[in-house]
Amino acid sequence: MKQIISATINGTSCQDAIDDNLLLIDYLRKNKTLTGTKSGCDGGECGACTVLVNGQPRLSCITLAATCQNAEIETIEGESNNGRLSALQRAFHENLGTQCGFCTPGMIMAASGLLRDNPNPNDGEIRAALAGNLCRCTGYVKIIKSVRAAIGTSS
Amino acid sequence: MNKQVKHSTVGQPVPLIDGIEKVTGKAVYTADLESSACLAGAILRSSVSHGHIVDIDTSRALGLKGVSAVITGADCAHTYGVIPIAMNEYPMARDKVRYRGEPIAAVAACDAATAALALELIEVEIEELPACYTIDEASVSDACLLHDDKPGNIERKVQNEFGDVSAGFELADLVCEETFDCAEVNHAQMEPHAALAEYDAERDRLTFHSVTQVPFYVHLTLARCLEMDPSAIRVIKPFVGGGFGARTETLNFEIITALLARAACGKVMMRLSREESFITHRGRPETRVELKLGLTKKGNITACQCRVIQRGGAYAGYGLVTILYAGALLHGLYDIPAVKYDGLRLYSNQPPCGAMRGHGTVDVRHGFECLLDRMARQLELDPFEVRRANLLTAPTRTANELLINSYGLKQCLAKVEAASNWQERIGTLPHGRGLGMACSHYVSGAAKPVHWTGEPHAVVSLKLDFDGSITIFTGASDIGQGSTTMVALVAAETLSIDMSRIRVVTNDSVITPKDNGSYSSRVTFMVGNAAIEAAKALRNVLIEAAAGKLDAEPQDIDCDGEVFSVRSSQQSALSFAEVAQAALAVDGTIAVKGTFTCPPEAQGGKHRGGAVGSTMGFSYAAQVVEVSVDVDTGLVTVEKVWAALDCGFALNRLAVEGQIEGSVWMGMGQALSEETSFTNGLPVHANLLDYRFPTIVESPDIEAHIVESIDPLGPLGAKEAGEGALSGFPPALANAVANAIDIDVNFLPLTPDRITDALIKARRAANRQQRLKNRKAL
Repeated sequence: MKQIISATINGTSCQDAIDDNLLLIDYLRKNKTLTGTKSGCDGGECGACTVLVNGQPRLSCITLAATCQNAEIETIEGESNNGRLSALQRAFHENLGTQCGFCTPGMIMAASGLLRDNPNPNDGEIRAALAGNLCRCTGYVKIIKSVRAAIGTSS
Repeated sequence: MNKQVKHSTVGQPVPLIDGIEKVTGKAVYTADLESSACLAGAILRSSVSHGHIVDIDTSRALGLKGVSAVITGADCAHTYGVIPIAMNEYPMARDKVRYRGEPIAAVAACDAATAALALELIEVEIEELPACYTIDEASVSDACLLHDDKPGNIERKVQNEFGDVSAGFELADLVCEETFDCAEVNHAQMEPHAALAEYDAERDRLTFHSVTQVPFYVHLTLARCLEMDPSAIRVIKPFVGGGFGARTETLNFEIITALLARAACGKVMMRLSREESFITHRGRPETRVELKLGLTKKGNITACQCRVIQRGGAYAGYGLVTILYAGALLHGLYDIPAVKYDGLRLYSNQPPCGAMRGHGTVDVRHGFECLLDRMARQLELDPFEVRRANLLTAPTRTANELLINSYGLKQCLAKVEAASNWQERIGTLPHGRGLGMACSHYVSGAAKPVHWTGEPHAVVSLKLDFDGSITIFTGASDIGQGSTTMVALVAAETLSIDMSRIRVVTNDSVITPKDNGSYSSRVTFMVGNAAIEAAKALRNVLIEAAAGKLDAEPQDIDCDGEVFSVRSSQQSALSFAEVAQAALAVDGTIAVKGTFTCPPEAQGGKHRGGAVGSTMGFSYAAQVVEVSVDVDTGLVTVEKVWAALDCGFALNRLAVEGQIEGSVWMGMGQALSEETSFTNGLPVHANLLDYRFPTIVESPDIEAHIVESIDPLGPLGAKEAGEGALSGFPPALANAVANAIDIDVNFLPLTPDRITDALIKARRAANRQQRLKNRKAL
């Protein structure tokens, strides 16, 4: 069954006819060619597909696009401002919070969700917020450092 | 330690030059290339572990609307494999299947749902055979053979002895023996496997994108399996989401995707699920290490005897190299006069094992560093002291003729001993809290590649054009380790120019020179050296042009920070743009190249298998791990790690730190929780929930220290940084657990259930002792 979805994606409103069983990740990657959002597992295991739905981190690989009716959806492509890196993006770049880069979009979106709720998280809160985002390269050391750098407390 | 010179670009922390793409989502990985023009590929896999294929009927699948091609083992009669002398695998099984999940057939269809439906319509009849799942099952005398030409299911037996081991044990004051059992582990790189193949039927050409670490292996394997001339194939490696050795070998799905594209005369995207990525495997095999060491009272190692048995899975793959590495890398870390090694690689009915970060050495190093620690305890020696008693002095050669040109282990020991406050803290921690340490090493590239052709080990080319930009062309595969950045850094340093002038083009076989690929930590050493040579060639051209313009001799020209001047002269200097223009005026676009060839003296001994383990330089590492152990639940928590790595010279301090942290952490995963698990050959670990690697919550602070021994052959003194520290973690952890709860364990991983078992056994043994004592007292 097709249905019409109305949503805002990275600030742009969209209306699309979609299958009612279409996953949000496929809607973003295939219909909208926003391939920054990654698929790293067979469903809900790794966090690489994390996007923000109404400001909250959401695993797009286990979210039906149809449930995002009238929602604000944000992906990694919307994180930069006028072509300039956001504070989180810059921090991940400069502190090597990214190595292979595959988990990075999800990691940055999850961190972005955290900082909106809690602009000044401590290390424990950073770890808790990113607990569902797996990384295989960094040992997470520089990911924590990156989030800290983004909030300006690089101690 | 060798002398260090001052540098302007290298030696500082530098963000990755492709990092902006990664943090913005602009980095394009193979699966991101999917478009509506692509057919969807899918693979039918064996549902049994071992059996003869009696019949495959694809007619119903072929008849399904939307199906463009169905292929089976009959469509490819060529074996493939990373070792030219040990290719015994077909992309799709032909006569027999040998593990659950082995590809049997494949389809290309208009979409994934149709492809999945088509797979269900393929009828396969298999006559099941008995299967071997364990080392013991594979090696019993009446075991069912996986390969008719491999009696005893033996893939490879290695035996060698360097020095006189019996005499060595005679000299020892203490001789101990232990057996260690290490579980099989998988790379679990974040990006699932994917490939995109486009066949041009008109020109009989193939364009291929894949997640590979070694594009030229893929290139040659596709040519072989598709019977195409290599010149008709183009291989491109987009961004790759991690490798860790999983993608060193060409993998079955890559060949299958290419075969499908040709059969369908079109473009096929193959995206494997996470489960299929696990089944494709090539991880570190389950390994049994039987180790015997002899020590003098002062802690000097007099002899080492080691037997290693690896459960290799169903096909040869990298197996013979893995089992050779396991023996070769007993050498090179310490001064050991006599080493006897027996290696046995067995076939079993599981997905084939292969290369994984720390290839061959990790489980053996685990046993070695655990046993050494226990013997030190018996001799009442401090763990640091016993290691210091066995240090090498560079330059030297090991008993098996490995070349050691630089050796910073002593400095690594000093760094982590001081940073962890070891001497003040060891022995003072409460029960349940412990400190442990271990050392490790790894090669900076195999000095003799498995595909030995006589070509240089690395080639890099450079172009300077009218716009003043410099483009570096390299086939070195950046898989996240930062090799692209490294190449730009050393070129900028050599040319004394700003890095922003440089762009790097990588991994497209029609554009970039062939590279041997990203494995055995070869890239910094070999490609780094080649990049320096290429930059020197360009620098010479520029200096020549500047000399002409300044009316001076080339040897009198100074080039510093893009300014060319005549040494000790008041004459006005020339800018980079002016010199570039002068150079281009002579002959137009300037293209130069640099090469690197490993010196013959680094290529190992003359004994059989002597090339494996040979390298220009070893990295060295020492680490201290602090743990707490919950004696009720058996849960081991890593509180902190101090790791020091001798990487020769840190070309990029940020990248080296990242590699130390990442490799130590990967060792932690293997030590704490990672293991594959099969039920009647069915992988039950094949997802990221059951295959448990540490989350950010379980990951400790890792304090990385860099030691620089300045290797005489390394690019600006550099060696590898991404593997050396991994194998030290598991033994450092086990030693810390022993320190915390006074129990020595001989298994990996140290999961709560295993630790609880060990605690229960220890309590029972203590109770028995007490009862005996009480009885005697009565």
